[in-house]
Amino acid sequence: MAVRIQTADFDVSAEIAALRRGNPKVGAVASFVGVVRDVNDGGIVAGMTLEHYPGMTEKAIGEIITQARSRWNVLEVLVVHRVGQLRPMDQIVLVIVAGEHRGDAFAACEFIMDYLKTRAPFWKKEQTGGGARWVEARATDDIAAERWRLKG
Amino acid sequence: MITVLYFARLREALGTGSEQIALPASVRDLEGLRALLVARGGTWAQELAPSRPVRAAVNQAMAVGEVPLADGDEIAFFPPVTGG
Repeated sequence: MAVRIQTADFDVSAEIAALRRGNPKVGAVASFVGVVRDVNDGGIVAGMTLEHYPGMTEKAIGEIITQARSRWNVLEVLVVHRVGQLRPMDQIVLVIVAGEHRGDAFAACEFIMDYLKTRAPFWKKEQTGGGARWVEARATDDIAAERWRLKG
Repeated sequence: MITVLYFARLREALGTGSEQIALPASVRDLEGLRALLVARGGTWAQELAPSRPVRAAVNQAMAVGEVPLADGDEIAFFPPVTGG
């Protein structure tokens, strides 16, 4: 289980290879990559700056991973989140879950992303034609996280 | 002394990312600290008003309401998170 916050880009296949290296128990790897779009709330986005709360970010994501591990049978988890200046089409976030079977790997991967969206202290500031603006939190993200609670 | 941190839109609006505060004896919890900051008036009262969607953390864990505070604590105020 690992959490990395970095300004540098990441290589998805190198990260997957490193995560399952030497572990013949792994039968399924689920991954999610979040990417910067060039449009948001109807405006053209030229780029964005990602700010975070050093220390708490790692702790919050670590707790989310611990919860995922207690709910599903997974072997390895990696979360990489970029901060700093990003441009459209840049990769922002990577979640990889390696497990014995796909069901648990898929579910844990989606759970980690939904919880990260509402609990990990990151903030996006977009640069648009009309100036810079802080991205507002979405109610749909709260709903996505909440549904995991209902699933017990 | 406690350390109070501000992030993102709050940091910009308040014009500071961090400050040290000596807690008055009357302030014992997170709600009390927020009220103390609101009492500064102006932008502080606007940005930290109870009606605003402000989140908080005590010692790097999300916290809501009457969470007790002690000397040496690190408290953070910030807008709802927008990562991922």
